[in-house]
Amino acid sequence: MASVTQNNFLTTKLNELVAWGRKYSLWPMPYGTACCAIEFMGAVDAVFDISRFGAELVRFSPRQSDLLLVLGTINYKQAPVLKRIYEQMCEPKWVVAVGACATCGGFYDNYSVLQGIDEVIPVDVYVPGCPPRPESILLAIVKLQEKISAEAIRPAKQSLTGLKSGGALRGSP
Amino acid sequence: MQATSDLKTKPMYLNIGPNHPAMHGTLRVLAEIDGETIVRGVAEMGYLHRGFEKHCEVGTYTQVIPYTDRLNYISPLMNNVGYCMAVEKLIGCELPERAQIIRVIICELSRVTDHLVCIGTNVVDLGALTNFWYYFNVREKIYDFIEKICGARLTTNYVRIGGLMRDFHPEAAAELKNIIKEVGKATKQVRGLLEKNKIFIDRTAGVAAISAEEAINSGFTGPCLRAAGVDYDVRKDQPYLGYETYDFDIPIGESGDTYDRFLVRFEEMNQSFRLIEQALERLKPGPIMTNDRRVALPPKSEVYTNIEALMNHFKLIYEGVKPPPGEVYSATEAANGELGFYIVSDGGTHPYRVKCRPPCFPLYAAYPKMVQGRMIADAVAVLGSINIIAGELDR
Amino acid sequence: MGKIIDCFKNQFGEGVLSAHENFGDETLVVQKEILLELLQFAKENENLKFDLLMDICGVDYLEQSPRFEVVYHLYSVSKKHRIRIKTKVSAEDCKVPSCVSLWKAADWFEREAYDMMGIHFEGHPNLKRVLLFEGFEGHPLRKDYPINKRQKIPEPLERP
Repeated sequence: MASVTQNNFLTTKLNELVAWGRKYSLWPMPYGTACCAIEFMGAVDAVFDISRFGAELVRFSPRQSDLLLVLGTINYKQAPVLKRIYEQMCEPKWVVAVGACATCGGFYDNYSVLQGIDEVIPVDVYVPGCPPRPESILLAIVKLQEKISAEAIRPAKQSLTGLKSGGALRGSP
Repeated sequence: MQATSDLKTKPMYLNIGPNHPAMHGTLRVLAEIDGETIVRGVAEMGYLHRGFEKHCEVGTYTQVIPYTDRLNYISPLMNNVGYCMAVEKLIGCELPERAQIIRVIICELSRVTDHLVCIGTNVVDLGALTNFWYYFNVREKIYDFIEKICGARLTTNYVRIGGLMRDFHPEAAAELKNIIKEVGKATKQVRGLLEKNKIFIDRTAGVAAISAEEAINSGFTGPCLRAAGVDYDVRKDQPYLGYETYDFDIPIGESGDTYDRFLVRFEEMNQSFRLIEQALERLKPGPIMTNDRRVALPPKSEVYTNIEALMNHFKLIYEGVKPPPGEVYSATEAANGELGFYIVSDGGTHPYRVKCRPPCFPLYAAYPKMVQGRMIADAVAVLGSINIIAGELDR
Repeated sequence: MGKIIDCFKNQFGEGVLSAHENFGDETLVVQKEILLELLQFAKENENLKFDLLMDICGVDYLEQSPRFEVVYHLYSVSKKHRIRIKTKVSAEDCKVPSCVSLWKAADWFEREAYDMMGIHFEGHPNLKRVLLFEGFEGHPLRKDYPINKRQKIPEPLERP
């Protein structure tokens, strides 16, 4: 009896097991608008290979993915669409703002560009660069994986009212 | 039993985009569909409007060049060249020969990358996934080359008013020849998979054919116009950068349908290789920046010894280039068509008005007409063949 | 002066206010009243045959009066020549006849000129904003619109 049970058990915490499953099987949804989407395509191709990190199953539907990669500039016309797509994703979900435009508006400080997507949705990892090299996008995935393993199974409910500008979509100018 | 024609049906409104895998970039088509057929479509754009033209008025002439990179972000070098040529036409400065030849090389290389992306990503929508890998691996080699010449893969910022930022590295010619060989190999594989493929032909031949008159009336330029049978290429009809001295052909299609639009792009890549090879043979050592002092910095030896050179240097760094008052329109043959820059100058350090005429704009405007009466799947194929780049369309 | 400019001057005489060939681009400045007729002449005349409309845009000369200028760039595929036709409109009477009947390409170019500059094109079938969101107030490319003036984020449009 002892020989059967000897090397066939693994003890761990439920948290860690679930996090291990989640982080190594991220299903990204590329919300590609501009140039950063091309660098993401470079991260997916055979030279940089995002599938080493388990995230190659790119799903273009928010219902089927858990990682929203915002690649490119988001402007005011696009912002409600982004928010709706984020709301359509199921928990647990993470958001990575790739590139200078998604992080802070980039060098487009004008009447039309949202100065960072954290004005409308909460963001987990920011990737600087214009555009960031594919290796930076892979580093973002690695950092996100570290963050996921530190999270509890059921994350605290992410409240959209606690956003940077007091909720830009709540009708306040 | 009721005949199907007596059934009362209501059209359904389907919103395709702005976030959709087949909408390359952020485009939105609101389609009124009856079953699978698109009865009427309304195209909407502006989801990537970044105020390029307003930024041009705020910065100096040289500060506009990084903004032009992001217009057609697949082939940024061509946009840089197009803009700098417009400013040089306004100033009236001559480029040295090496700068012109290098500009031809980088333009043709960008044209190749643009067609690689167009074909690679757009046939993915039709289900042909393999070509994406073939072409993107080759693109990484081209990106390595571009990174060696200017330091960045995508936002190149390589061309300056009056010349180039930096000269080619010594192994550039050998690397370019290697790239041509690799792209040729990949293209042979892709053409073998696509050109005589029954599925591809069924999906694209006869789909959204457009006649030459209608294409011209709708403002088409570039591969889409040439696929319709019209022989218009800015490089041949209004040559610039010495294109009249090179030996190359313009592929012309017959019916203007989606199949022709893809085939024209394959052929154009071959012609671009011919041009690059001819340009490499002519490349001789020399300066890459004009010595027109209104535009180029004086050499350091003079700056440190001569007071006029020092003042010139100071003025150029502090204020930038100051073209004479006037207006100019300069057109180049970008990968998608005629990329035009209309610059109005008031003699100051900032451009007064810059209008970029994007080649995709009239193409996308004609898109709803082209897909009317066709199925949704055809709409996807047609959008791929027109090759809309949202950065250029919305500016 | 180039042959093209002479052709226009012979036909329209006083309607052509001025013409120049600076920097190699032939340019005409014409009266607003004869604009549509002149564009039709440009398209159909045997010697001109400007069948490809390249661009329509507006330019805001804030200090001048009339304030705006509408600029048309035309190209002839068969004759391989270009022309730029400009007409001035004042801020109070910011209307120009639309040339959608001549070139289908004019449709969206005119919408963009309206969106960015506020120039109205009479006779246009659907003069709505094309680049900015519905509900945007103002015309951003005008010189008196500051570059970083933000506006409220809109609700997404269900059906245009």
